[in-house]
Amino acid sequence: MLRILAHILRTGIVTEPPPATDDATLEALGLELRRAIDARFGRSLALRFIDAGSCNGCELEVHALANPYYDLERFGVGFVASPRHADALLITGPVSRHMETALRRTWRAMPSPKFVIAAGQCACDGGEFGVSYASCGAVENVLPVDVKIPGCPPAPDDIIRGLLAALNLTAENPHIRVSRIG
Amino acid sequence: MTFGCRWAGMWAEADEARMRLYCVLDYAGDSLLLSAEAPLETTEFTSQTPHFPAADRMERHARDLFGVIFVDHPDPRRWTRHCAWPENWHPLHPAQAGDPPTPGRTPADVDYPFAAVHGNGVFEIPVGPVHAGIIEPGHFRFHAAGEPVLKLEERLGYVHKGIERLAVGRDPAGLARLAARVSGDSAVAHAWAACQAMERAAGIEAPPRALALRGLLAERERVANHLGDIGAICNDVGFAFAHVQTARLRERWQRRNRECFGHRLLMDTLVPGGVARDLPVGAAENLCADHAALRREVEPLFDIIDDHPPLDDRLVGTGVLSLENARALGCTGYLGKASGCGFDLRRDAPYAPYDALEVPLVTDSEGDTAARVRVRMAEVRASLDLMDQLLDAMPSGETTAPLPTPLPGAIGFGQVEGWRGETLAWVRFDNAGRIARYFPRDPSWFYWPALERLIMGEIVPDFPVCNKSVNGSYSGVDL
Ligand code: SF4
Repeated sequence: MLRILAHILRTGIVTEPPPATDDATLEALGLELRRAIDARFGRSLALRFIDAGSCNGCELEVHALANPYYDLERFGVGFVASPRHADALLITGPVSRHMETALRRTWRAMPSPKFVIAAGQCACDGGEFGVSYASCGAVENVLPVDVKIPGCPPAPDDIIRGLLAALNLTAENPHIRVSRIG
Repeated sequence: MTFGCRWAGMWAEADEARMRLYCVLDYAGDSLLLSAEAPLETTEFTSQTPHFPAADRMERHARDLFGVIFVDHPDPRRWTRHCAWPENWHPLHPAQAGDPPTPGRTPADVDYPFAAVHGNGVFEIPVGPVHAGIIEPGHFRFHAAGEPVLKLEERLGYVHKGIERLAVGRDPAGLARLAARVSGDSAVAHAWAACQAMERAAGIEAPPRALALRGLLAERERVANHLGDIGAICNDVGFAFAHVQTARLRERWQRRNRECFGHRLLMDTLVPGGVARDLPVGAAENLCADHAALRREVEPLFDIIDDHPPLDDRLVGTGVLSLENARALGCTGYLGKASGCGFDLRRDAPYAPYDALEVPLVTDSEGDTAARVRVRMAEVRASLDLMDQLLDAMPSGETTAPLPTPLPGAIGFGQVEGWRGETLAWVRFDNAGRIARYFPRDPSWFYWPALERLIMGEIVPDFPVCNKSVNGSYSGVDL
């Protein structure tokens, strides 16, 4: 136990404001997300993640959101195990035909109002895989999409900015295309 | 019947007249590539599964995609095909140029005939394809009596994206891009295997500096994934401390990837003939300093993970894969090594730059989850040493060689030790210098059947940690 405590003390706090590529101060971005969530979702945004056919690269970056550098949860954004508890669906991958029904059913299981966020090039436009006998391509070919976060894969800070866009705050951000804010 | 060989993979390919089947056998680092042909109308081959259980799913995959018939295959059920295309339509059969008559919406795969287990008090637990956490989709069917698992049956194929058909007609650069996305966590491994195959088909070798950089990239991929997985395994049994620490180290590592190589997951860093870009000025010093820093950080951390009784309680003796099973299933990588199969291409069939390096033999004998963690920790340490040596002796010169157009029908076979184990790639060129056939063989083909075996007798709540310690790629086998 002492060794663990010593290690923790030695490490210190590495958590940083989500790095932005624009000039806005990093901390402001995080706090803005926090405020937006407070106002719209009663202090928390519950995401249900679904991999609809990704190569698992996007999934690794979604995982990275939980590492102590980004620590997404401090902004009130968390991942939930059931679509019934979710405000938004975060989808990666092109939608493989074999996942099409599972994706639709997951979406249907969510209470309204619900957001759909397509994360990654594949989810945005089919990416490297496109439409084929095996792939439906972009998520919007299957479900209405509110926010697209491009990138192959998008870096964690891109995903955080995309979540902001989902909250209709940075629609002017050129990197994120907001298709429809529901 | 198996002559002490490890069965390392098979794939089919077809032209207008004939179906051809390839199979790779390994004997202590020597590969034997076998092929057989049949006229397209019959396409019957004898199944290898009765002799090599590892062949089971790859034969079923070839049957679904090509329409090959495997006589004496013990399992007639479809594998890669769910309900997106009809039974008599085979996406890679030469007669299937257009798209299949797809149903407007793909129905759920509801009528897959899972094996049944009968008995007093035996019940089924279906899980997936959508899981509670952030993982890839697949279906698991447990049969349990009380807590212990009597049988686990996997149903994969959910992320089948048609990679093999997408590859047809691509140019070499396009294939390298696709290969990097066969399994995102193995972007370097698959891209390297594909580039190696294409380079062999074209009769060239990448320049020494490019090969050394590829080695560096492959080791970086290994370190990142092991760090992530060691933490995730600890997290699955409630030891969040280790998870946070390794996630922190992994993040720093990935940031350096972006800075030095242009991509956090190292995608598209390898191109046919070499690497996409050279090390930036001053990067070598930074990388060496990183290695030293990581070594300083992981030593005390790995010591704690190695010697933390509550962790041992959950990991020691959990999910044991016997040496016999690991051998029968042809497991390589950390899964095989943890059960005593010490095979490593970098050492047993070395290719540049590893032919000039000393790759340590990392093995364990327990075969349990704890052993898989120990092997991964040892591999992190070994990779750090290898990377230092690579940087130390980094050759100067070009980082790419032009890839001449391969002769019509030229074939190439790539073989690299990815972080998950032996990763293969098969490439055939057409008459115009484009890809006629690409098959990437991920080590996960053998990881998934191993998971079915090692979970037997374990309790259902231990499945997540067993699964994590094995960490097969779904995308890498669904293709
Ligand atoms: S966007 Fe890139 S990383 Fe994400 S699933 Fe597609 S290929 Fe993989």
